[in-house]
Amino acid sequence: MTELLQRILPTVQKPGRYTGGEFNEIKKDPDSVRVNIAFCFPDTYEIGMSNVGMRILYGVMNQMDGVWCQRVFAPWGDMEKAMMEHNLPLWALESQSPVRDFDMIAFTIGYEMCYANILNMLRLSGIPLRSKDRPGLKNIVFSGGVCAYNPEPLAEFVDFFALGEGEDITVEIVSLYDRAKAEGWSKEDFLLAVSKIPSVYVPSFYRHEYAADGTLQAIVPLHDAPAKVTKRIVEDLDSAYWPTKMIVPSTEIVHDRANLEVFRGCIRGCRFCQAGFSCRPVRKKSPEVLYRQAVETLEDSGNNEITLSSLSTSDYRGLKELTDKMIPYCEQNRVNLSVPSLRADNFSRELMEKLQTVRKSGLTFAPEAGTQRLRDVINKNLSEDEILTTCRNAFSGGWNNVKLYFMLGLPTETDEDVLGIAELVYKVIQTWKEHATNKKRGLRVHVATAYFVPKPHTPFQWEQQITPDEYLRRCRLLKSHFYSKSIEYDYHGPDLSRLEAVFARGDRRLGVVIEEAMKSGAKLDGWDEYFNYGIWFDAFEKCGIDPDFYTVRGYGEDEILPWDTIDVGVSKKFLQRERRRAYEATITPDCREGCAGCGANSLLKEVQCDA
Amino acid sequence: MPRALFEKTGQAVWMSHLDLMRLFQRAFKRAGLLLTHTQGYNPRPSVSIALPLSVGVESHCELLDFDLEGEGVSCEEIKNRLNNALVEGVRVLDVYENEGKIKNLALLDCVVTLEYDTGIPEGAVEAITSLFTQKSLIVEKKGKNGVTEQDIVPMIRKMGVLRQDDHCIRLKARICCQNPTLNPVQLGAAIAKYLTQYVPDFVSSCREEIYTQEETIFR
Repeated sequence: MTELLQRILPTVQKPGRYTGGEFNEIKKDPDSVRVNIAFCFPDTYEIGMSNVGMRILYGVMNQMDGVWCQRVFAPWGDMEKAMMEHNLPLWALESQSPVRDFDMIAFTIGYEMCYANILNMLRLSGIPLRSKDRPGLKNIVFSGGVCAYNPEPLAEFVDFFALGEGEDITVEIVSLYDRAKAEGWSKEDFLLAVSKIPSVYVPSFYRHEYAADGTLQAIVPLHDAPAKVTKRIVEDLDSAYWPTKMIVPSTEIVHDRANLEVFRGCIRGCRFCQAGFSCRPVRKKSPEVLYRQAVETLEDSGNNEITLSSLSTSDYRGLKELTDKMIPYCEQNRVNLSVPSLRADNFSRELMEKLQTVRKSGLTFAPEAGTQRLRDVINKNLSEDEILTTCRNAFSGGWNNVKLYFMLGLPTETDEDVLGIAELVYKVIQTWKEHATNKKRGLRVHVATAYFVPKPHTPFQWEQQITPDEYLRRCRLLKSHFYSKSIEYDYHGPDLSRLEAVFARGDRRLGVVIEEAMKSGAKLDGWDEYFNYGIWFDAFEKCGIDPDFYTVRGYGEDEILPWDTIDVGVSKKFLQRERRRAYEATITPDCREGCAGCGANSLLKEVQCDA
Repeated sequence: MPRALFEKTGQAVWMSHLDLMRLFQRAFKRAGLLLTHTQGYNPRPSVSIALPLSVGVESHCELLDFDLEGEGVSCEEIKNRLNNALVEGVRVLDVYENEGKIKNLALLDCVVTLEYDTGIPEGAVEAITSLFTQKSLIVEKKGKNGVTEQDIVPMIRKMGVLRQDDHCIRLKARICCQNPTLNPVQLGAAIAKYLTQYVPDFVSSCREEIYTQEETIFR
């Protein structure tokens, strides 16, 4: 196999991503290994190696005695073609052995539009796609990640899902498999036993029944399976496993830097945001632990940049203490400290100046909506005043570059809201005219609009998605109100977001569509080079499934939702309440001003929600 | 400034020149060796590798020039610490205060392996041997300005054609590597162009040694 790969590698782009052999890659003696796990990321190496979750779980599994977790990524099209031509099955990087020889095949799924990649990777491995066509204990396919919060479109393919944060549950699952393999259990026995591990969801243990109108009529648990499966969280992040010996890719990846997670959860409650609700409750790491881990990670990896990541890093209470410690260390050791997703508050402005991140990246705001009314609807707590104040400071400091991100198609949006975007942009331009110290180079305002995708486990989970035509009409309406040469306006095409909306709230009947699309060549849909809406459109036609059922129809509040079995800690009642407040354009203050009663604190036994 | 002689073998050959620069920058950090940085708006660590190697090519004679903050770490220790911080396939063979200026590097020895999956065709060794005794061999070269034609013969100082086993022929050549530069791949390209019946199934190459214009080993 290696010989063959040697022949193929000179013919493909970026061959370094297929060889493994990076610093800190984990190799084990195959004779000492009882459970081999192929950890698959359903996108390319450059994307997958940038994923912190994968790095954590790689370390967690490889810490286990007798367990070897190896990495697998989706090949680029040229490599896939060469593999097909030479009958070369998909392999894992560490040992270069074929994925089909592994005991367990794990997928981490963070994005709906990688579903075709999952099936394609199974196909390239020569592993049957459907759970029922894999009868033995070998090649157990399991999965986790954000998309597992509505796993239904993948229900036919994946044997079971692990919900929530994987540090503990993965160990329990793999240990159980270790025992099952040693004792020679059947797959059925293993699935029965694994379904007893809290937070494991075995889709084949639930029968979904549909009414004549196509809506879900009943979800019937079988084999004693729990009616609700609640996600797992790590309560104490300070003592949780954190990989300070991370693999350092030998070739460039998307986020080519060390990454340190400062806290989990979010206090904000933007009503469209899945992560904001599904990652609750808020749990912090202490600045001392973070500083120690930062230094260890940097010294071990040799990285010259480190990112402090979270859903909203400005909301990390220890940010000042941590950055006060880290800035001198980073200066002394020539390390760039980057703090993304800062809010436009005073401390963040000071911090940005200290870090000089403005110099590198310019200013980026995500007001999401053009009018205060609509920002109140979505509970996006960012005022025009904050935006313009920050712009004024930046412009008078010499910066000439602003990016503004919005969504179109948000619930209750009217043309007035759409045009509100144009007004806001003009106010930014006006601010520049009044305050810029360096007008010679001109101003560039980059405006981008995305097509709103309603996501499960958010207050907008029942909402309609507007039609692609209506979305495009709003884009054109907005465009016709941009006159200034300073404005660069980009709008995403509707096709990808439409599909994302279908699969985000999809049910089991979509499995055939994914399979059909993959067989017709759908892959790497997140990449412009490969995304082909025609393939998906034909697959829906062929399977007799109407995408509009999942998008423009909207879901009834009394309807059984495909993801109703999954409990992320936030109650449905709370989501309904938030939805009503959205319609009243009433904001819900962030969790720090007062608990809004989302219910996620019920997941905590040992610590308090740190909102 | 210190210089490191290193080799790039095995799966590390698939790293690009830029990847390798990044690898060394990080390896120095991991080794606790602080590189000096260039002055200017965007300071960069001062490492430079002579004669960028094509992806997929093995080498036993790569040179890396670098500069460390402060003094006091011996060459031997730099070598050992770097080797502990590098990846499989990239190995520092020696560290020393650099002697020759990179611009005096002129020639290199390379081995080009021609693989024939169904065995070496009758007469291939002889035909290839005689090919490289021609006065002129014009081969297309893809460069920044599109495809140009290049006569490779003036850039070949020595050439040996050896039958390694039933499937492989090895070309051992001493060729120009700077002003002008001959990419060893072009030796295979000449065979593909002039000896169409002896086109190998796979060609790989390896840098063995580097020399000055006077053919003394360059360090």
